[in-house]
Amino acid sequence: MTLPSDPASFTLADARRAVASKEISARELTASFIKAVEAARPLNAFVTETPERAMEMAAASDARLAKGEGRPLEGMPLAIKDLFCTKSVRTTAGSNILSNFVPPYESTVTQNLWNAGAVMLGKTNMDEFAMGSSTETSHFGPVISPWRAKNSNGKLVPGGSSGGSAAAVAANLCLAATGTDTGGSIRQPAAVTGTVGIKPTYGRCSRWGIVAYASSLDQAGPMARTVRDAAILLRAMASVDPKDSTSVDLPVPDYEAGLEAGVKGLRVGIPKEYRVDGAPPEIEAIWQKGADWLRAQGAEIVEVSLPHTEYALPAYYIVAPAEASSNLARYDGVRYGHRAKGVHDILDLYEQSRGEGFGPEVQRRILIGTYVLSSGYYDAYYARAQKIRTLILNDFVAAFRQCDVLLTPATPGPAFGIGEKTADPVSMYLNDVFTVTVNLAGLPGLSVPGGLSESGLPLGLQIIGKAFDEATVFRVGRAIELASNFTAKPEAWWRAP
Amino acid sequence: MSVDKDIVRRIARLARLALPEERAEPMVKELNGILAWVEQLKEVDVEGVAPLTSVVEQRLKMREDVVTDGGQADALMSNAPGGEDHFFVVPKVVE
Repeated sequence: MTLPSDPASFTLADARRAVASKEISARELTASFIKAVEAARPLNAFVTETPERAMEMAAASDARLAKGEGRPLEGMPLAIKDLFCTKSVRTTAGSNILSNFVPPYESTVTQNLWNAGAVMLGKTNMDEFAMGSSTETSHFGPVISPWRAKNSNGKLVPGGSSGGSAAAVAANLCLAATGTDTGGSIRQPAAVTGTVGIKPTYGRCSRWGIVAYASSLDQAGPMARTVRDAAILLRAMASVDPKDSTSVDLPVPDYEAGLEAGVKGLRVGIPKEYRVDGAPPEIEAIWQKGADWLRAQGAEIVEVSLPHTEYALPAYYIVAPAEASSNLARYDGVRYGHRAKGVHDILDLYEQSRGEGFGPEVQRRILIGTYVLSSGYYDAYYARAQKIRTLILNDFVAAFRQCDVLLTPATPGPAFGIGEKTADPVSMYLNDVFTVTVNLAGLPGLSVPGGLSESGLPLGLQIIGKAFDEATVFRVGRAIELASNFTAKPEAWWRAP
Repeated sequence: MSVDKDIVRRIARLARLALPEERAEPMVKELNGILAWVEQLKEVDVEGVAPLTSVVEQRLKMREDVVTDGGQADALMSNAPGGEDHFFVVPKVVE
């Protein structure tokens, strides 16, 4: 097996093998990523870089490896979305209100990664409180996608909210990264940056220590360059956790083990409601290709119906802001976070601290959430949306009587330009039309590259599985990866010549 | 349903969110755009449908009723924007 000359372009699986066999030290590997991160500052993918901590962790990994005590991710440099609390390392959630917050504790998911030997390169930029689909709502400025359209220098978004992680993975600034997904925030950025991302089943990863957005929808997951890498990382991230009562006490399978088992005999459902009016023909074409690839490998393609699909996004925009308005009540300028100056009383302190600390999109969602939960409106909005969630879940349950997984497009189009959709909130929300149903039903969803658009930009396919059946989802993702043979990478235009 | 400036001011107060006068009118428009769009949920027949309370079938876990944490006053105060010793400091609330 020959490795690429630049260690930064290793896959996680390559790097694991190279470090374990001492072809390269964890310190050499980490140093090459630190260099790549520094050279890519024009992308604004990181809010905080932690090169010193990375080198310390890498040195500790090398010491363990020398003693033959290597762990599953020993010496593997990763990027962490700035929504995961990291002890003694500033954690901002992309918000001004947390711009000086230094957690005195570590999130369970990141602790699991460090316990497995991983190395932290830094904290990645994101939409403020994970509210957005383009990483443009960050207090720290937008992330610029490493991708550019054919014959264009126009700046594109990397998707969102985990846009910094997606850009970092696509531009080879880390081996893999963590993301979180409340309505599509792992899968949508993965799709538009040509990377792989999975939102696992709700409860698979602990939410403890992850800054909360909408608690009944939030899940952490991996973002990586290959399906295998995502499988490796999810296994390390997932755990049952006494600190999150919704984390599920089920054994975490070895997702890698069944990866190459193929799709022969699997039934793949194509939900007809995902054919939306006005979708670009190239989305329909890539979806058809995906179905053809799986059929060619022995899967059976069946048409299924998810009749309530069109109501998922508006239901989400009631449920998520309602939960957010409650979760974000904790930011009061008293115990932590931004505090306004020159206030005259306690009410003024709360209102000014929150008014200065939250950006426009977060404020909109807090107000929508407060409104739909307010007296007299609860039944008309929130209770109705939660009932529609039941109907959406029932749709999936019925569909899974006819098939093992579902195949859909991941996004309604390729990456768009910076500033193109910021004026109209609803047009921005529509980017999550294919991903949000999965969060409402709590199911696992994987985004895997399908090919390039006419403009030369990545398009993704989504595989949706039954609850806790990530193994089958990965297996189908691997079959698509084999068939699509997606090897396109963005040119490194951000590096100084 | 739609909101007007008074309702927006009232919910901003409930949410403890300062809303400068020049933001009030644009916010009315933005919120009404979103509310008009979610209006389509009214088409759905939800008669007899139970609201979803848990996406995964599992019973809430019980744990031993024991102290598992504590003695962390320094850590709790480490991010306080106004703090003295182990007290959070706020503007005077009682005359």
